Amino acid sequence: MGDRPLIYGGLCLFVALVTFPVWKGVAAQSSTKGPEVKAVVDKKQCVAPRAYMREAHMELLVAWRDGKVRRQERHYTARDGTVYNVSLTGTCLTQCHGSKEKFCDSCHEYAGVSAPNCWGCHTSPPAEPAKMAAAAAGEMR
Amino acid sequence: MAALVAVPLLASAAGVGKGILLVGIPYAAFAIFLGGLCWRVVGWARSPVPFRIPTTCGQQTSLPWIKSAPLDNPSTGLGAVGRMALEVLLFRSLFRNNRAEIYDQRYVFGDSKWLWLGALAFHWSLLVILLRHLRLFVQPVPAFVLFMGKVDSFFQIGAPALYLSNVVVLCALAYLLLRRLWDLRLRYISQFSDYFALLLLLGTALTGVLMRYGTRVDVVAVKRLAIGLATFQPVVPDGVGIVFLIHLLMVSALAAYFPFSKLVHMGGVFLSPTRNLANNSRMKRHVNPWNYPVKTHTYAEWEEEFRDKLLMAEIPLDEAKHD
Repeated sequence: MGDRPLIYGGLCLFVALVTFPVWKGVAAQSSTKGPEVKAVVDKKQCVAPRAYMREAHMELLVAWRDGKVRRQERHYTARDGTVYNVSLTGTCLTQCHGSKEKFCDSCHEYAGVSAPNCWGCHTSPPAEPAKMAAAAAGEMR
Repeated sequence: MAALVAVPLLASAAGVGKGILLVGIPYAAFAIFLGGLCWRVVGWARSPVPFRIPTTCGQQTSLPWIKSAPLDNPSTGLGAVGRMALEVLLFRSLFRNNRAEIYDQRYVFGDSKWLWLGALAFHWSLLVILLRHLRLFVQPVPAFVLFMGKVDSFFQIGAPALYLSNVVVLCALAYLLLRRLWDLRLRYISQFSDYFALLLLLGTALTGVLMRYGTRVDVVAVKRLAIGLATFQPVVPDGVGIVFLIHLLMVSALAAYFPFSKLVHMGGVFLSPTRNLANNSRMKRHVNPWNYPVKTHTYAEWEEEFRDKLLMAEIPLDEAKHD
């Protein structure tokens, strides 16, 4: 009876919370355009079909990691017979996709996907090969 | 020639069909959800609750030297708020659940916390999952959503990382369904609507889990669709896949079914007068506001009416008038 203002207030609060994406999106003028990603190098073919890579690249990368680290599988033969060197920094980023910031992050940030610990080990943007060799040589000594 | 006509026609029909499935049905379902829920809550708000009718689950506040239960039998508004908070956040009434069984011809009566645990696990993980979905509806993704996702995938099992809430919600739903099937007494009182709600939720959760860990989905395409829906500029992206479609349609069915089913306890739990009222009937007089003026005839009036007759019969009078 006397609680009607309270009830209607609570209902309004609920509706406002549920429609948060609506008024937030309208206020921020969110566009329905997805992020634009572009490989740095104009290659037609990735190691697997584009649709597969878009949805399941993490599966492939985890398989690469496990194969290389645990079973010393350093080469990956694509379905079309091309052999790739198994390396996120060396092959994926250096040869085609540029850097994490330019390629990976655009979609990952858009969709709110925190990359699983890839970048705890891998570097991006790829260090120059000469410097890497020098660094490796420095460590050797 | 026929193919030349038929192919674009089929394609446009498929486009329209996709538009209905991905845009039309979700909009309709969400409109029904919001409209229906408001209609239900307004209906409850308009229902008269003239008196205090709380269920009492503890000692009422009375004399100062009698210990009262301020949360289980609140006498103040603040106590009622506390009681509601316990109910809504921690399901206190389910915690009191108990169970009687006959073991070896003995009647055994004891606590049964499993329902409480299952319900609590299900509802809280559902809330976490719903909030996590904001990452698909809001751009840029709010920080608390990202934080929740990080905590939820704390153990970083696999890629994409396993969300603990997904495991919990599936286990809890499976338990809540199995207990209905397993327990004969419970199965006897279970209705279609009980199973329907559970199976819809289970189906939604399963397709969601399947998309994340199994068949995969193009998350960017899904987010474009979600933002398009949220900002009223719907787009129908390619390549969202059949599992996503099932997921979306199940959620839509759940949303549209929500206000007219037992699921509406989400709103109803706040408005149950047996729980949200302070038990202060002995401290405060609650007068029914639509009491009409009752015609009364008091003893004094009656005595006045028959005074001479009473006097003649020598019946003693309350109000002696000496004339």
